[in-house]
Amino acid sequence: MTGLTFELLCMQLLTGIALGSIYALLALGLCLIFGMLNVVNFAHGAFFMVGAFLGVYFLGVTGNFWFSLILTPLLTGCLGLITERFLVRPLYGRGLDYPLLLTFGLSYVLIEMMRVTFGIEGLPSITPEGLTGTVNVGFGFFPKYRLFLIAATAVIILGVWFFIQKTRYGLIIKAGAADQEIVKVLGVDIAKVWLLVFGLGCAIAGLSGILASPTRSVNPEMGIPILAESFVVTVVGGMGSAVGAVIAGLLVGVVYSMTSLFFPDLAELSIFVLMAVVLLIRPQGLFGKAGAMG
Amino acid sequence: MKQKVTNQTRRKMLIGGAAAASTPLWLNVANAQAETIKIGFPTPLTGPFSAEAQDQVKAAELAIKEFNDAGGFNGRKAELLVRDDKLNPGEAATRTLELIEKDKVNYVVGSLSAATQLSINAVCKERKVLFNSISQSDAINEAKDWSVYTFHEALNPTMTAGAVARYSIPRFGKKIVFLTADYAYGHEMVRAFERAGKEMGATTLADIRHPLGASDYSAFLPRIKALNPDILVLCNFGRDLVNAAKQCTDFGLKSSMKIVAPVLLYTSRLAGGPEAFEGIIGGTSYYWGLEDRIPTAKTFNDAFRKMYNGSVPSDYGALGYAGVKSVLASIKIAKSTDTMKVISAMENLKYDWYKGPEYYRKCDHQAVQTVIIVESKSKNMKDKYDVFNILTIEPTTEKNMRSCAELGHKA
Repeated sequence: MTGLTFELLCMQLLTGIALGSIYALLALGLCLIFGMLNVVNFAHGAFFMVGAFLGVYFLGVTGNFWFSLILTPLLTGCLGLITERFLVRPLYGRGLDYPLLLTFGLSYVLIEMMRVTFGIEGLPSITPEGLTGTVNVGFGFFPKYRLFLIAATAVIILGVWFFIQKTRYGLIIKAGAADQEIVKVLGVDIAKVWLLVFGLGCAIAGLSGILASPTRSVNPEMGIPILAESFVVTVVGGMGSAVGAVIAGLLVGVVYSMTSLFFPDLAELSIFVLMAVVLLIRPQGLFGKAGAMG
Repeated sequence: MKQKVTNQTRRKMLIGGAAAASTPLWLNVANAQAETIKIGFPTPLTGPFSAEAQDQVKAAELAIKEFNDAGGFNGRKAELLVRDDKLNPGEAATRTLELIEKDKVNYVVGSLSAATQLSINAVCKERKVLFNSISQSDAINEAKDWSVYTFHEALNPTMTAGAVARYSIPRFGKKIVFLTADYAYGHEMVRAFERAGKEMGATTLADIRHPLGASDYSAFLPRIKALNPDILVLCNFGRDLVNAAKQCTDFGLKSSMKIVAPVLLYTSRLAGGPEAFEGIIGGTSYYWGLEDRIPTAKTFNDAFRKMYNGSVPSDYGALGYAGVKSVLASIKIAKSTDTMKVISAMENLKYDWYKGPEYYRKCDHQAVQTVIIVESKSKNMKDKYDVFNILTIEPTTEKNMRSCAELGHKA
């Protein structure tokens, strides 16, 4: 192709990282839940969608983006707590497919609820004031909001990392993932830990929803394609690996963006090709442990 | 064991249901054949175009109501049988066949998507049932898909994309980039825009194809910016258009190029919000704001407002109204419900239901009509329905359509 410049490549890379940020956040929530509870949460995309709707709704009501940025994940987190306690918990000890099918059904319930509440066409999303327009990043003009999105993602990921690596609760979560029997023997109520982890995963999904909302249209079906892409990310990164989720999320974003530049027709396909290649070379994913699905 | 019981219950329910349904159904059919004029209306009530589809139904119901309030035809009332085709060509064909075989509809009006309308057309053609399509397509005019039973109430890409090209190229420049949804309708829009642009010396710098239903277009935008065209043409529809317009705005593309859309829909603009669409120019078959200039538009809008709580009809909604209205009016003119007689009445119909004078071209039954060029606004909006400024109305003319010979029809 003609007109390929260094600036264009840099812009494309930055665009890819912004795209990958949302993938990374979603995959992080998915793999927290899978790594700890062995639950494949098919309602994750729906929680993302609910987060986007609530975020835009609160933003419309209060006029304050930061307020809805805090309130939204709290609410989707609570929704996650209720889901774990009353729907997922009775299914522990059964096969992997039980919670998978349940959350799959739940996602359609949530989609239908949003259709009933907000209408089939969805809500027009709003970019928060102060983050509209573009800014010169040295090699071109880039939307301010997408820069904020990258920064916000970095802060959230560091926060989760700190929580898991450096706090007592994180230690319990890690221990629970490694050997739940020992943790139980040590007097920790593992059921509570599972409840909290599921809630945390859903809170992150809701947070990604509101963060993504200014960049795209908010509609009841918005969680469906992104769920498929997030699963690609978790498979590439390795099921249950948080580090893998983040790195694979960014990688998928960049691969998509670069393919769009050279072969726009193949952009959608490219991430699935990436997944196939990774699975052929490293079946457990880039950072996964072998046999994690067993 | 459990499985067996459920199966039995299900069978009983089916038998019971069939028995319960069959008696009144038989009576209905007997009555209906003497009484009601049935119009089948397949349209995608669910899926990404559902907002437009539901508006089509609302406006079509208005046309039915007006016909019935005026006494119908020899005392026979009309009835609309709406079916969800789920935006799936196979589903659309099945529903249409059901409407014809089981519900015994007299005519079919409807559809919303190039693909479903062709499958509905194929069924109607085979069963010799009049079909008035209210969805855009170029293919339906072409001789290979067309039959004497086929009418096309909607605009086609040649007319609408052509009109947008004729408006925008002299004003904004000749270097064009397309961002195109990769399916038949997207390609048709590009072809039509280029066809009109060629006469004015326009050149295509790139035609970037994106998958249908993509949610993020940002990865295509730096390249478009670097190509630095005069005009960026968004050849996509519905949510795709909303997302593309929004992200083009976010990436600041509007500062260096004009963004146009061959089909700028009222519902898309509402869903996208004023900022995303600010300044975007596009073509449409109808905008309610025509009521300041065209008396029939005022009458139609007022009737719609009265029936639906003060809301205004959308472009595709208005097509649902006109599509049904033409068929019902032709029955009265033909003084018969016989398909061939109604077809011949429609072929000679000169009508003005809602947007000024129209007629169906003899060779392909395409409704010859105006294209309205609108610009989306974000300031000076009187209410939430006030979203476009009408820039110009391209007059009714066959000159801007593909000729009958070009479409493969015998002159």
